[in-house]
Amino acid sequence: MRRCAAVLVLLLASGCASTEDKPPRSSPGAGRSELTVYSGRTEDLIRPIIERFEKQSGIKVKVRYGDTAALASTLLEEGDRSPADVFLAQDAGALGAVSERGLFANLPASVVDRVPQRFRSRDGSWVGLSGRARVAVYNKQQLPDAEVPESALDLTGPKWKGKVGWAPTNGSFQAFVTYLRKLQGDDRARTWLQAMKANEAKAYQNNIAIVKAVAAGEIPIGLVNHYYLLELSREDPSISEKAANKFFSKSPGSLVNVAGAGVLKTSKRRDDAVKLLEFLLSDDGQGYFATKTFEYPLVASVKPDAKLPAIDSIQSPDVDLSDLKDLQGTLALLRETGVL
Amino acid sequence: MQVPSAPAAVLEPPSGPPSGRRSQPAGRPAPPALAAASGAVAVMALLPALYLVVRAAGGDPAAVVRQALDSRTLALLARSCGLAAAVTASSTLIAVPAAWLTVRTDLPGRRTWAVLTALPLVIPSYVGGYAFVAAFGPRGVAQQWLSGLGVERLPSIYGFAGAWGVLTLFTYPYVLMTVRSAMRGLDPSVEEAARSLGRRSFIRVTLPQLRPAIASGALLVALYALHDFGAVSLLRFDSFTRVIYQQYQSSFDRRSAAILSLVLVAVTLAVVTAEGRTRTRARYYRAHSGAARRAPVTALGRWRWPAFAACGLLVLAALVVPVGIVGYWFVRGMASGESAGFTLGAAAGSLQASALGAVAALVAAWPVALLSARHPGRFAGVVERSSFVGYALPGVVVALSLVFLGTRLVPALYQTRAMLTFAYVVLFLPQAVGALRASLLQVPPEVEDAARSLGSSPMTVMRRVVAPMVRPGALTALALVFLTVMKELPATLLLSPIGFQTLATRVWGATSEAFFARAAAPALALVALSSAPLAYLVFRESRRR
Repeated sequence: MRRCAAVLVLLLASGCASTEDKPPRSSPGAGRSELTVYSGRTEDLIRPIIERFEKQSGIKVKVRYGDTAALASTLLEEGDRSPADVFLAQDAGALGAVSERGLFANLPASVVDRVPQRFRSRDGSWVGLSGRARVAVYNKQQLPDAEVPESALDLTGPKWKGKVGWAPTNGSFQAFVTYLRKLQGDDRARTWLQAMKANEAKAYQNNIAIVKAVAAGEIPIGLVNHYYLLELSREDPSISEKAANKFFSKSPGSLVNVAGAGVLKTSKRRDDAVKLLEFLLSDDGQGYFATKTFEYPLVASVKPDAKLPAIDSIQSPDVDLSDLKDLQGTLALLRETGVL
Repeated sequence: MQVPSAPAAVLEPPSGPPSGRRSQPAGRPAPPALAAASGAVAVMALLPALYLVVRAAGGDPAAVVRQALDSRTLALLARSCGLAAAVTASSTLIAVPAAWLTVRTDLPGRRTWAVLTALPLVIPSYVGGYAFVAAFGPRGVAQQWLSGLGVERLPSIYGFAGAWGVLTLFTYPYVLMTVRSAMRGLDPSVEEAARSLGRRSFIRVTLPQLRPAIASGALLVALYALHDFGAVSLLRFDSFTRVIYQQYQSSFDRRSAAILSLVLVAVTLAVVTAEGRTRTRARYYRAHSGAARRAPVTALGRWRWPAFAACGLLVLAALVVPVGIVGYWFVRGMASGESAGFTLGAAAGSLQASALGAVAALVAAWPVALLSARHPGRFAGVVERSSFVGYALPGVVVALSLVFLGTRLVPALYQTRAMLTFAYVVLFLPQAVGALRASLLQVPPEVEDAARSLGSSPMTVMRRVVAPMVRPGALTALALVFLTVMKELPATLLLSPIGFQTLATRVWGATSEAFFARAAAPALALVALSSAPLAYLVFRESRRR
């Protein structure tokens, strides 16, 4: 007991000591010397690029990593008391939700003008940093390239019964359904969901699980974002021998969605925050996303990975990504059709 | 001031037979200090519910409730309750025999089994879920081995059966730990008396004595199964928590999420109340002197090796499979040149957060457990039920409630270690209360009375008399909370000081992009670091008495 207590006391003491090391904090947002970022993207991805920014600009950055939706909800709960300066989000929906509550400041032209109109919010409150396309991943051994359909809507035929993997709980999938609703109407979206369900589409936890299942031959084809295949292949090269991506050429095509960022209105260090976004949209920053995550750079001067088709060649009708934040209707539809 | 240090020895048995079922007079009213302290803890535990009410309020509540509770949502709620009931039943059926085998029999390698059977507690359900899908999913490791034997298809791991199995394997230690510490506090002479009267002692005498411990452990399991999100989503079981997560994740609809969460609180309170009903006014303490000796070891005879095999199977399923799979990822990742993926800072962060959380939870649990064990009644019931609110809710809901309240009420403490520790207490208080309460029930109140009558102040009685006697329960409480905080994610991510890392956040950071290889190192470190204090505790306990 005594030894146990001694260990505990030591631990607690070290805990208190290291708290005291830090400069005392007053109210959130006031008098901090560093830029505070909430990142819904992972530390493995974000830390190296942030360190590069710190070195280049001399600005200190502190990052809180978390789930994009949870951090967006945190920003909504914090409201005008938020200690955050910048929000880096995994998807446009989360940015839209924060923007809708008026928590983002307007971005200057130096940031906004780097990115094509369709990859940022219309009101200039947030900007896309990298693009991801909705594609099909298929097993090359089980499915000849020519037999892979040219549209996700064609996966409802009897040929695909029990053979398609999808992730109905996944944000990217739900964004695709929202997009389908905007593009072709609720009725068409409902019919497709019902047909897919009747066709025994297999629900997976997320995109990664689908790519793995396809590579393992569990299912011949699945609906995912384009970069998972390339990322997983880096960890396990045999995956790219077994599976390939298919970019859809027929309507509704392969929706290109974005991961992006916004600057909080309550930020006391808005200039530094804007500098960070400018850096992430510089050729250096964009090149980093392209090589590290295989996402599409959104700045014209930077090329995507050599294995990918050019972003302009992807069939992705012009849709305002801010509109994709209306997920309540999509959720209702997914539940009504029993997909969720 | 000096107090006799061995009160049990100076006590005369009270009148009446020392049976476990005799009813005693209704609880004495609690002293004001105790009532105030436990009331304060209850208010603290109710903070998330307060936030939920704030969020849910406004507009036409009836319409929102109608919308939130459509028939599909209710069906999901029923499914979740069914899963919780099944997991509770199977966990108890595994844990009680396992506790008995590792405490009271001549099982070969008893102490080692005692550690090994408790260890699955340290495996986070999101890691365990991943590992089980990798092992037993379609085209998983098991399938690959078995295909050599001509087995083409394994039964699907997904859905109810998989969620049931996986949750059982990672939650039965909650029952095991509480039952084991209660078993050590039992009075062997009661069983001896029963045997001398020709009764079979385990079922008729021992088991009823263990009821508070079994019930408190089972309650933790049931509520865990009800609020778990990691395992059920990995195993594709459609649960009520998933609906709550969806409200946050895809529509940022905090109002619907709050209303659904309040439904979960209501269900939890019903479950806790039902558990309260099973309590009798039975006595669970030894009521006479001379009982403080080692309980006899039951010779298993020809059942020794079958029991050994059963423990082996349990450890194989709950520990070897998940750790083996993670180890396999680790080796594969190392081979392909991944870095180890965690820092000593993360390990130190885990230990610190867990130690602070465990101590704070024990301090907060003390008045609640004392009130509940010594002064049962309406007030104690309300306080104890309140303590479950945070535990019943998905972690992200509790975390967001503290974001809301923290930024408004104590901005200076927002996202500091103090706030994080507070969150852990709100989340895991019932684990500490349950273990402490079960232990307190084994301490005769007459001992306290005796010490008081000899002139000790209430604080001295606590410190000199009660605290030493409930040590097994207090250690179990510390261990449970410590190990649970080691695995905690949502609150750590949102409420820790910025830049603060734990092994769990490292695992999370690596798995969310599915780089299992990179998640493997911190996951193994998490299991290893958690094992050490657990092993110490178990070994220590089995040496005592």
